[in-house]
Amino acid sequence: MALRAQTGPYFGDFGGRFVPESLVAALDELSEAYELAKLDPLFQEELAELGRSYTGRPSIITEVPRFAAHAGDARIILKREDLNHTGSHKINNVLGQALLTKRIGKQRIIAETGAGQHGVASATAAALFGLDCTIYMGEVDTERQALNVARMRLLGAEVIPVTAGSRTLKDAINEAMRDWVTNVETTNYLFGTVAGPHPFPEMVRDFQKIIGEEAREQVLALTGALPTAVAACVGGGSNAIGIFHAFLDDTDVALYGFEAGGEGVETSRHAATISKGRPGVLHGARSYLLQDEDGQTIESHSISAGLDYPGVGPEHSWLSAIGRAAYRPITDAAAMDALRLLSRTEGIIPAIESAHALAGALELGRELGPESVILVNLSGRGDKDMETAARYFELLDGGSAE
Amino acid sequence: MRNVGPVIRERNEQAAGALIGYLPVGFPTLDESVEAAVALVEHGVDVLELGLPYSDPVMDGPVIQAATQQALANGFRLADGFEAVRRITERTDAPVLIMTYWNPVVQYGVDRFADDLAAAGGAGLITPDLIPDEGGAWIAASERAGLDRVFLAAPTSTDARVRQAVESSRGFVYAVSTMGITGARTDVDSAARALVARLHEAGAEAACVGLGISTAAQVAEVLEYAEGAIVGSALVRALAEGGVAAAGELAAELARGTRIQ
Repeated sequence: MALRAQTGPYFGDFGGRFVPESLVAALDELSEAYELAKLDPLFQEELAELGRSYTGRPSIITEVPRFAAHAGDARIILKREDLNHTGSHKINNVLGQALLTKRIGKQRIIAETGAGQHGVASATAAALFGLDCTIYMGEVDTERQALNVARMRLLGAEVIPVTAGSRTLKDAINEAMRDWVTNVETTNYLFGTVAGPHPFPEMVRDFQKIIGEEAREQVLALTGALPTAVAACVGGGSNAIGIFHAFLDDTDVALYGFEAGGEGVETSRHAATISKGRPGVLHGARSYLLQDEDGQTIESHSISAGLDYPGVGPEHSWLSAIGRAAYRPITDAAAMDALRLLSRTEGIIPAIESAHALAGALELGRELGPESVILVNLSGRGDKDMETAARYFELLDGGSAE
Repeated sequence: MRNVGPVIRERNEQAAGALIGYLPVGFPTLDESVEAAVALVEHGVDVLELGLPYSDPVMDGPVIQAATQQALANGFRLADGFEAVRRITERTDAPVLIMTYWNPVVQYGVDRFADDLAAAGGAGLITPDLIPDEGGAWIAASERAGLDRVFLAAPTSTDARVRQAVESSRGFVYAVSTMGITGARTDVDSAARALVARLHEAGAEAACVGLGISTAAQVAEVLEYAEGAIVGSALVRALAEGGVAAAGELAAELARGTRIQ
């Protein structure tokens, strides 16, 4: 079977539905509505039109030779999801799920967010479709992404800082699930990544796979061939699966997911789930996760709020297990260096999440050499990260950026 | 080891039904959680449900979350769960079920978990985030080890899923009284009555209602139509605020709800 044809609930040994019984009816309802929508040309056309006239699809590709000079002179091509409305790939998924929410006749959406990109995208979709919207965000993240909190509130969403556990993305997901269990009859959960119980890994992937479908054609048109390698950052893994998916059956194209290595995978402070974790069950699915001997989830760490997650989508665990994609860690420091390098050489300020993919591309270019073509998913823009970057590079205290 | 089925049956013959009390292991300390569990039984709780603290408890409300988070901060390990079961079953006759999220069991090894729980004298498991659809390994292991397995049924469960919960469970079926998470509520939803009726129609010998029950009056009301009433957050709060004595007192008060009216 073609790898592209794989659907949920299981991806090899991964995926499934490990959820309270109270959620099963809602997940079934969502699965059925999605199966119908998938085959409905009206739904697909409505989604495509929103992509064209609201998101700004197709997003362009940009070749970055001055950046590539630092990557062994490989050709590096960026897929510019940072230029989407709301500043990241997250909008692709929320528009699909918001349309689906209307179809199943619910008036309220909830979402979790780490960096705030999925929260902002969800709040945006809620405003566009006239839905009530509540966003759960770990208290640590509301502090490091304060600007996105303001954005969500301006868009009319209620933002609830989550104070339980590690007060980051995983706890925001727990709290959103508790809300959903309680309000499932009126509420749809717009899950932000390709993790969680079926149908989310498959459905979110399908809403994101347009990234790779466009990029595959665009790179072919530009270079006359498929890329040597495709690189993306992986937290939960939605932008990565989005750009990988079109290439899954192109066996000559190598796929690389770059996880958050934090302060180094030899320390305990990282979020390199596939690199350092082992299979287990978290947030409704069996997948790799960072956990201790007893199966307690270990708190992850990354300078990037969007990658600071101890789990990963089940399809990535499967792609790793069958050897179709390789996953590597990138440290905070390497990501920040890549962020600055792209800013200085190409005039593009990437999100810190996406900077992990850029740092990975620098590594890959040196390994694969000047004949190689590396397609990088620039999944988001760096505006939301300016405070972190300003502090990191001491840009506001008269400190030198050098 | 004592299974829960016979105890629930006996309590429905002798009284209005069974009172099932929940406490987390290791809160406020391992010793005190054992003392509190024993006190519950001494004051009229018929079946114990011991929660294993877990880092990501999606079905738990604020009271139980705070208690289990404290237990984890104090260094709770899975081995403490088996030790608590052993110490409690040495001192009481009440069957002891473990309530656990699924990943700790997976990491421990499903068969090894079943064997060690049985060896400690435990009755079985309540699994809030394991549905029968994903429960093949546990169903086989519990069958082999003679352990009870309690699956949940919710007001939104279809008839087919209600039937599946009844057929997959052993001991009783946990009827989720309302759509939501753990925590005391002033009204136990009327949805519970309808759900228990559906469980009985599907052949359930014992349906026990949980979520939101905190008073003797609510226990009595639930036992009008169900075989058992499950109380959690109210007991945990009593233990947190007034120690073992307060938890015992509340248990005695709740047990008044099991008297035949």
